[in-house]
Amino acid sequence: MLKTFLIGIKDLRIAFRDRAALILMLAAPFILTLGLGLVTGRFSNNSGSGLANIPVVIVNLDNAQLGNALVATFNSADLADLVEPTVGSDSDAARLLVDEDKSAAAIIIPAGFTNSILPQNGNDPTNEAVKIEVYANPSRPTSAGIIKAIVDEFLSRVAEGAVSGQVSILQLMSSGRITPEQAQAAGQEMTARLQNNPPENNLAIKLNSSTANGETIKFDALAYIAPGMALMFLMYTVSYGGRSILAEKSQGTLPRLLVSPTNSIQILGGKIFGIFLTGTAQMLILIGASSLFFQLKWGDAFGVVVLVLAAVFGATGWGMLITAFARTPAQVGSIGSATMLIFGIMGGSFIQLDQMPAFVQTFSRITPNSWALDGFTTLGLGGTLADLSTPIIALLSMGMILFLISVFMFSKNNLVQK
Amino acid sequence: MSTILEVQNLVKKYGDFTAVKGISFEINEGEIFSLLGPNGAGKTTSISMLSTLYAPTSGDALIAGHSIVKDPMQVRNAIGVVPQDLALYEDLTARENLMFWGQMYNLSGKALKNRVDEVLNQIGLMDKAKDRVKTYSGGMKRRVNIGVGLLHKPRLLFMDEPTVGIDPQSRRAILDTVKDLNKQGMTVLYTTHYMEEAEELSNRVGIIDHGEMIAIGTQKELTKQVGETETLILHISENDDPQALVTAFKGIKEVLEANVIDHEISIITPSAKDVLASVVTKANERGIKIHSIDIREPNLEAVFLHHTGRALRD
Repeated sequence: MLKTFLIGIKDLRIAFRDRAALILMLAAPFILTLGLGLVTGRFSNNSGSGLANIPVVIVNLDNAQLGNALVATFNSADLADLVEPTVGSDSDAARLLVDEDKSAAAIIIPAGFTNSILPQNGNDPTNEAVKIEVYANPSRPTSAGIIKAIVDEFLSRVAEGAVSGQVSILQLMSSGRITPEQAQAAGQEMTARLQNNPPENNLAIKLNSSTANGETIKFDALAYIAPGMALMFLMYTVSYGGRSILAEKSQGTLPRLLVSPTNSIQILGGKIFGIFLTGTAQMLILIGASSLFFQLKWGDAFGVVVLVLAAVFGATGWGMLITAFARTPAQVGSIGSATMLIFGIMGGSFIQLDQMPAFVQTFSRITPNSWALDGFTTLGLGGTLADLSTPIIALLSMGMILFLISVFMFSKNNLVQK
Repeated sequence: MSTILEVQNLVKKYGDFTAVKGISFEINEGEIFSLLGPNGAGKTTSISMLSTLYAPTSGDALIAGHSIVKDPMQVRNAIGVVPQDLALYEDLTARENLMFWGQMYNLSGKALKNRVDEVLNQIGLMDKAKDRVKTYSGGMKRRVNIGVGLLHKPRLLFMDEPTVGIDPQSRRAILDTVKDLNKQGMTVLYTTHYMEEAEELSNRVGIIDHGEMIAIGTQKELTKQVGETETLILHISENDDPQALVTAFKGIKEVLEANVIDHEISIITPSAKDVLASVVTKANERGIKIHSIDIREPNLEAVFLHHTGRALRD
């Protein structure tokens, strides 16, 4: 056990003396986090809450219930910290503001929008819905995406309300509770209710959540970006560690270990422990650095530590598997780099998983990135260790399964046995 | 003197290829035993089996009474290994390397620290102990490589061609270190393809070729095998054809054997001065200029030549 520990410590020391490795383990994720933070506007305000005060210009040519409701939504208290809406009257002027990068997006609510959805004064809605235009700023993709998401959510609620109203009336008619003559009056009553209770009041977009003691937590976009980057480069670290097993073989230190009074299990255990230690150190340094330099709140400290350990364990399993299948250190490097990128993309380090196709979301579950990001997001939204059981169990199971396969492969390939 | 190593018909096969073909020999405690042979003779494979890195295909060896097959862990405690290639962590300092390897040999605490200091002094690197190994010259790295093998004061030290690829000064230092270690009582199994090293260091020599032990004994015993002969080494121009000359030399009555080694011709004869005139005449007749002639007493090179018909460098 002591020798296992000593081999692990030795590997940790060597990893942190390798400048090239340090660049990829620490500098690269830190710089990418910084870069993506800048892109998302995380560092361009003083709120310290990541995405905030997104400038948006709204041109309400509808001037009816739903158009007004959408304007009210953007001016609601729920979105007060997130968006900074201004109301304009000229569509072209609004688009110009976007073109000049003075606004993240322009929302043009066309005339007749409400009438195209809700029956007015006993008249049927027009056959074709008039579409709201969201004119997005391509240089602010994330901010523009958020504006679009709010509008989509609003429209979704409107459509839901309209459809459910029509279905309700049809059901009332078919059950004989109202006559066809009464249907029109019922429809008008429902419209009035929808107008009195516009979607703004039950908007599903919740960017705020509360902790158990009632303290309000603001979700920081960086709390998604930073773990995403750290987890992606964690895959580099575990493949670097795996590569060191084959490197020790080729540089003669593994045979030298094997002729010392140290058994194969201690050696392999030490190498795995070294990878685990290095990965854990990397994650904790990145978490510490982002907390210090970006004022990023990672959430419940105990939960963060346990999640980091579980994530590194799962990732180490992948590092061992790559090593078990590779023949040379260079092969581990190549496969490791490819895995890092694929897992990074697939696991949600660059693009949120819920914006990806369903099959990618399903496939992403083989990556430690995906599970760990779930956990870090939960913690960022105020969750605690108690809320992390699913990702932690998934990561530990992943690690165990991969270790078993790797050990089988190592023994088959006689890597640490004579 | 007691026997510290007893090799019993050791065989190592890789598929159809047999790298070591049933070698047997003994090493007594306190001696330096050299395993001399050309590259590919089976020296490193033999040491790898004796150091428990590879399991033998058949046969066994007892080291300090422990079987390399049945009791490898006890064997590892008794032996030290200096591998042919450097086996060090280049991103660690010499001291850190020695500390780590000492821990792998179950040393710890103050005893480890003191032993590391002793070894650093012994290999002459105390003043460079805090430098990373990757900043060292090849010779310095070799010395650390040897130091690692000495840390736990092994009863038997395996040194596998420790002077390959280093400068003459470092080579001299290593040979002196081996002699010092032996004076302190350490038994050494030294493999080399340099005849001079085997001659300088060894109490006894085993000559190995193509996986077989072809001769074994003290230098005196081995040179006796080739009789009271002398060797003439002729250095000729690279442009001349040595083979035609060798054929001519074989026609001289007193020449026992003549061979070409690079652009040197080796002639084994009972009396060098008796054949010298004939040799020069034969060369002149063919218009071949002899640059120099060395006359050598019987040596291990001659023994190897005698047994294999080839030079050690072949």
